[in-house]
Amino acid sequence: MNIMMLLEMTSATFPDRPAFTDGSTGVSLTYAELFAAAKTRAATLRASDAARMVKLDVSNLGTPMSLFASAWAGVPYVPINYRLTNDEIEKLLERVTPAYLVTHEERAEHLGTLPEVLAVQTRHFVDDNHHSEHADAEHESWSMDPDEVAVLLFTSGTTGAPKAAVLRHKHLVSYILSSVEFASAGDDEAALVSVPPYHIAGIAAILSSVYSGRHVVQLPNFSADAWIALAREHRVTTAFVVPTMLARIVEALEGEADAGMPHLQSLSYGGGKMPLSVIEKAMTLFPETDFSNAYGLTETSSTITVLGPDEHRSAAASEDDGVRRRLVSVGRPLPGVELEIRDDEGRVVGTGERGEIYVRGEQVSGEYEGRGAVTDNDGWFPTRDAGSVDAEGYLFLEGRADDVIVRGGENLSPGEIEDVLLTHPTVADAAVVGVPSEQWGEAVAAVVVARRDAEIDSAALQEHVKTHMRSSRVPERIEVWDELPYNETGKLLRRVVKAELEKP
Amino acid sequence: MPELKTGARLQSAVCDGEIMVVVAPGGDVNITCGGAPMVDSGADVDRVAVDPDHAVGIVIGKRYINADETLEVLCVKAGDGSLALDGDLLLLKDTKALPKTD
Repeated sequence: MNIMMLLEMTSATFPDRPAFTDGSTGVSLTYAELFAAAKTRAATLRASDAARMVKLDVSNLGTPMSLFASAWAGVPYVPINYRLTNDEIEKLLERVTPAYLVTHEERAEHLGTLPEVLAVQTRHFVDDNHHSEHADAEHESWSMDPDEVAVLLFTSGTTGAPKAAVLRHKHLVSYILSSVEFASAGDDEAALVSVPPYHIAGIAAILSSVYSGRHVVQLPNFSADAWIALAREHRVTTAFVVPTMLARIVEALEGEADAGMPHLQSLSYGGGKMPLSVIEKAMTLFPETDFSNAYGLTETSSTITVLGPDEHRSAAASEDDGVRRRLVSVGRPLPGVELEIRDDEGRVVGTGERGEIYVRGEQVSGEYEGRGAVTDNDGWFPTRDAGSVDAEGYLFLEGRADDVIVRGGENLSPGEIEDVLLTHPTVADAAVVGVPSEQWGEAVAAVVVARRDAEIDSAALQEHVKTHMRSSRVPERIEVWDELPYNETGKLLRRVVKAELEKP
Repeated sequence: MPELKTGARLQSAVCDGEIMVVVAPGGDVNITCGGAPMVDSGADVDRVAVDPDHAVGIVIGKRYINADETLEVLCVKAGDGSLALDGDLLLLKDTKALPKTD
């Protein structure tokens, strides 16, 4: 098993089909060209004796080239977040030497002076003239050992140093084989990829599109206007966005009757909590588009549950509150993925009860470099995400397992309280956290953002929560901020909110 | 043939066909393409004639299973021979289309 095999199959089937287009330059590669590029760069990489291939750059043609060249050479691929500080980048690089580093001009010179780092400018890496055409005959093929490491991804740890999640070829290939039909894309299909290349969604987007034979258009730096322009220019048929991206796209289309993108067949989203108001507006602006909500983690090789297009439509049209609520669920597990909700004692909880989400399946790695797998003896991986499953098997996310507020011995879910706050007409956004309390151990505190032209009345908000929930859920403290802190994939940084509120 | 390994790549002795093992049954098995035993991909092989009863062919990207699904393989290169396990022809696996998620 090797992810190179996915590219080989598509290159043999659709050699002349465009594979990748860099949206910022308009330069394209066909599938046959990408396959040939992977081969020559694998030879270059092997000759360098590097133990890791590091890509530190925005999405460009060098992204799929470096991913597949790594797989061909049998060298783990390590994409690093280019938004980190120099200090943070150097610390991560130290952990992956000897490294063959592909990065942009401004960084190559300095980082190339670090010990055991061979820095190559992205434009040289992408240019054929910098590689020998005569790949060594001994390595005409790649290893099929399923246990070889394909990708190391640094996860944004909430505390301490980032952990490097280990994804082996067997995890990534299993994910693709169970979720994508080979060569299923028509020659008029194009995917717009705007998620960063160092994110699991960015890697999954490359592999899924390659196996289906779809043309990928890369958007290196997201802005709503650029996304809309590229989608129209390339008549994009499928795209994945994180909630903050969709919110900005919806905002940019404000005042227009619809998005004017009848070609966009499917739009999937994930990576954070999607506000109901955003998805409802998006469904109106893209009336012909199929929406899917995907939930997954780095450690699970991307998507593990999906709420599909039909489920979106039936939930949106339903009179039944229980069915309507599914619009904010993340759907049901993919084939080959098992899911359980467990309580603090490790017991499986009943329908609708909150607990920690555990998953198991071929695509689940749950392994970190230097620490081994954190899966239990039966292969279950604790996600540290909290959630509940309804009677029909739909999964609802309820924040991180660590986010639970323990007030006077009662476990409260911040997500539920936020959902109620968000139904108030003056509230645009809300974050709920536990703050230390002498009386209760933890007390409920809320930070809210006002809607345009609205004023927040704390007493009225407390009354609003009280009419919808038990009184223990009513925030004892409410602050009004201009905006809430999010990471770039749209996850609310609750710990940042908490830290701010705990300042004396 | 010795025990099959998940992820192993095999080639046909009768055609260009190649497969990858997705689910392997335990124990020694005899997997054939076009009636002839398959060999490791990349190994030297003397081409032999295809058995006419095993000549429907295999299609790239399709998955094939035995009746009790203890064996599943993916065709990674198309060929003229049909696959069989211990003499029984493998079946084309039905796959369900899923929503695009990335």
